[in-house]
Amino acid sequence: HIFCSSKNPHEESMSEGERARLMEEVEEKKKLIANIRNKPWRMKRRLKHLKEAQLFVDKFEGALGKGKGRKLYAYKVMMMKKWIKFQRDFENFKTACIPWERKIKEVESHFGSSVASYFIFLRWMYGMNLVLFSLTFGLVVIPEVLMGLPYGSIPRKTVPREEQDTAMDYSVLTDFNGYCKYSVLFYGYYNNQRTIGFLKFRLPLSYLMVGIGTFGYSLMVVIRTMAKNADVGGGDGEDSEFTFAWKMFTSWDYLIGNAETADNKYASITTSFKESIVDEQENQKDENIHLRRFLRVLANFLITCTLGGSGYLIYFVVKRSQEFANRDDLGWYEKNELEIIMSLLGLVGPMLFETIAELEEYHPRIALKWQLGRIFALFLGNLYTFLLALFDEVNAKLEEEKDIKNASIWFMKEYFANFTANNPNETGTPPPIEPADVIRGPCWETTVGIEFVKLTISDIQVTYLTILIGDFLRALIVRFLNYCWCWDLEAGWPSYGEFDISGNVLGLVFNQGMIWMGSFYAPGLVGINVLRLLTSMYYQCWAVMACNVPHERVFKASKSNNFYMGLLLLILFLSLLPVVYTIMSLPPSFDCGPFSGKERMFDVIIETIELDLPSFLGTLFSYAANPGLIIPAILLMVLAIYYLNSVSEAYKNANNELKKKMQMARDEEKNRRNNKDSTNQVMKDLEDLLPNRSNLPPPEEKKDKPDERKPKVKPGAAGNAVNLQKDVSLASVNPNARGPVTQAPGPRAPGPGNSRGRGQGPPPRH
Amino acid sequence: MKNKHLQKISFIILKMFPNFKQQYFLSRLFHRYRDLAPQLVPLDYTNQPDVRLPYELIGSMPELKDNPFRQRIAEVFSEDGEGNMTLDDFLDMFSVLSEMAPRDLKAYYAFKIYDFNNDNFICKSDLEKTLNKLTRNELTEDEVRMVCEKVIDEADLDNDGRLSLEDFQHMIVRAPDFLREVCNFHHRFTSTMRGKMRKKIQEITL
Repeated sequence: HIFCSSKNPHEESMSEGERARLMEEVEEKKKLIANIRNKPWRMKRRLKHLKEAQLFVDKFEGALGKGKGRKLYAYKVMMMKKWIKFQRDFENFKTACIPWERKIKEVESHFGSSVASYFIFLRWMYGMNLVLFSLTFGLVVIPEVLMGLPYGSIPRKTVPREEQDTAMDYSVLTDFNGYCKYSVLFYGYYNNQRTIGFLKFRLPLSYLMVGIGTFGYSLMVVIRTMAKNADVGGGDGEDSEFTFAWKMFTSWDYLIGNAETADNKYASITTSFKESIVDEQENQKDENIHLRRFLRVLANFLITCTLGGSGYLIYFVVKRSQEFANRDDLGWYEKNELEIIMSLLGLVGPMLFETIAELEEYHPRIALKWQLGRIFALFLGNLYTFLLALFDEVNAKLEEEKDIKNASIWFMKEYFANFTANNPNETGTPPPIEPADVIRGPCWETTVGIEFVKLTISDIQVTYLTILIGDFLRALIVRFLNYCWCWDLEAGWPSYGEFDISGNVLGLVFNQGMIWMGSFYAPGLVGINVLRLLTSMYYQCWAVMACNVPHERVFKASKSNNFYMGLLLLILFLSLLPVVYTIMSLPPSFDCGPFSGKERMFDVIIETIELDLPSFLGTLFSYAANPGLIIPAILLMVLAIYYLNSVSEAYKNANNELKKKMQMARDEEKNRRNNKDSTNQVMKDLEDLLPNRSNLPPPEEKKDKPDERKPKVKPGAAGNAVNLQKDVSLASVNPNARGPVTQAPGPRAPGPGNSRGRGQGPPPRH
Repeated sequence: MKNKHLQKISFIILKMFPNFKQQYFLSRLFHRYRDLAPQLVPLDYTNQPDVRLPYELIGSMPELKDNPFRQRIAEVFSEDGEGNMTLDDFLDMFSVLSEMAPRDLKAYYAFKIYDFNNDNFICKSDLEKTLNKLTRNELTEDEVRMVCEKVIDEADLDNDGRLSLEDFQHMIVRAPDFLREVCNFHHRFTSTMRGKMRKKIQEITL
């Protein structure tokens, strides 16, 4: 097209060959103009070449196609730039939506990723609890408040006459009796009307479904997070090729323009280096394996003994407390023996485990996992005693209920008899008894709910006080008494505290277990937990930054939080069991809660199926509940699990093979560059067999590198095949020209073209 | 545009920032340069006056003042190698450190920046200096030594105990963060432009 539109008078006198050559040169110059920004030249040099090229092009090129080409190019580049910017803005927006991100990054930069992983876990828990809270609140509490009967209308919603004088006392309220007990916080308040309000909202059904749905949602979320973490962790995890090199050359963020951010960045870079150094040192350690194994076995044996001993101690103390319950002449110690022993175990146990664990000499990350596992086992004992005590109470209340049921019937008969006796002239029915006067059943569900709420509140108080005294006060003392003390408080004992990752994580996990267990009996508990997690986040972030020092050996957290998730999953199952047991086997109280009057709590589902759903669904469900159908379904699921397991094993193996291959390829290439012998014996033999290639002319000096290097990088905008003059004006002679020394390796063909994209090469010979 | 010199430079800059009208953008860069020392820099650049701004002024710019490598950056881009920059050097620096500059170019200049003794190799002492600047001397000597040895171990392909340009580029182009965060001023620079101005320019350009 250039030929057709050119009006250049000189063109006619040129031959075809000259014209073609001229066109080539024009193309070259145009490419130079387009790529002039890729050259590492000084501005003066760029200007000079640009002027020359432009003159040339203007002289010999036609007008056609020039303008449009440029506009299209400019448009394309603009769109790409817009797209990049949009993507970046969207990423920024998504990151900005995540709460507390900056706070956690600050903690991470000073304390390392392992401490930050606790706060990330805490944030995740907060999110999950928020969803549970909205479920409970929206589907159970709000309907009862808006559409149910108000306070004081029926016996279960009213404080009994005897308690009304003290119902507002502070001490009674903090014990969750009085007005607290007869409020939406607890199970007992809810009415058992099948439908309420004009919307015909089925409250008992909703209550049961939300209770089960809480577990279902939590299970789903935990498993989904575990799966997602497993994905990320698997990939190019800790053994990337250039860990330290990348850390050194690419960790500084050039976009930082603020002194405080810069401080944080310095701290995080330092911490990150320290973490990698710890990892590296672990890899380099090589000691007596047998001694280490023996020590580890010994340590595990000691710890198992300790756990066994503590388990027996707990069992013994529980038995004793059951005996004490029958006696009356108890001293202070006997009354509180159980709590004292449990607290002591909770304090001494972890310290003991840590001391014994020094024998094992694990990497800090692995040592943390062991520590967590052991303390978890210890705290299971705690859980066991608590549940045992609770069940004893529940059984006692169930016994009591039978008596009271009889008593209340007699009371009612007596009331009517009295009424008729006192007013012989009245013919109508007697007015109903005042709700406050009716005899109440013991309502074991509310009692259970109160126990859980009290436990949670005391847990919160203990945690906050521990931080206040154990960390804050300690830091104050060390800081200010240091001026007038005999030995250096900061360097020696007690010094500043380190953040106790395992203690805090376990606290969080067990707390969540309590919430799961208790939320069925106390719907308000989830709300309390949400508040607790929110304040905990701010409080602990502040405490960590103000009172703690980083660990001596800062270590990188494992890429996934899967260990914490695993513990959480275990606790989820453990807390599912008591709730499911009570739903299935214990009879609900006769006069309180949404299931009062029924034989079992799940009867409400059967009632709904019979009354609300079309009849064919009822027959469908009765078929589905047939054991003949359920057992094959279970078998099928077991088979599916087995199959998926073997598939995932196969993938893991394939993954490892690929990694090995990559490693081999890397080593191979390294050796090639060093002109060492090939690691592959077969290739080496082949090389020896082939004729000597030194008869070939030495490679041109203009070629920048020896042939065998494949261009791993797209050369960018610089044209591949164009032979441009390259200039390294900022450096002198390229000392790396290895031209004639390298003997082109025998059987391998020269690499696909010389990579021109680097923009440098041997200096041109002017 | 009255300044012919600037007009020529603007064409090159246009390739870097094709959606900005060359006059406006170039004049913005020019005014940034001038604002550092208004009494030294004339408004008329047609005769290409020989004006150099000393390093102290360059190093106090907001993009550079928190950067641990600001001195090296200024030295690399300045003609005299001391950090005193002419307008050409200044424009050079911003064009290379912009988002649109190609990766290979950035890698090349990154190598220059980290090569403290200007011998075209990143040797152990260069690595030590880099590390100490990055961590503000927080690491112990042993740790510094260990890290530098590891870096050479990982990236040195021709086994001469120091990193040549090829070694460096081979390593850096695979780094996940390289294009996004390293050697990148542009985002901050253009985000200082007001939205109205930006729209105006886009109207003119399109």
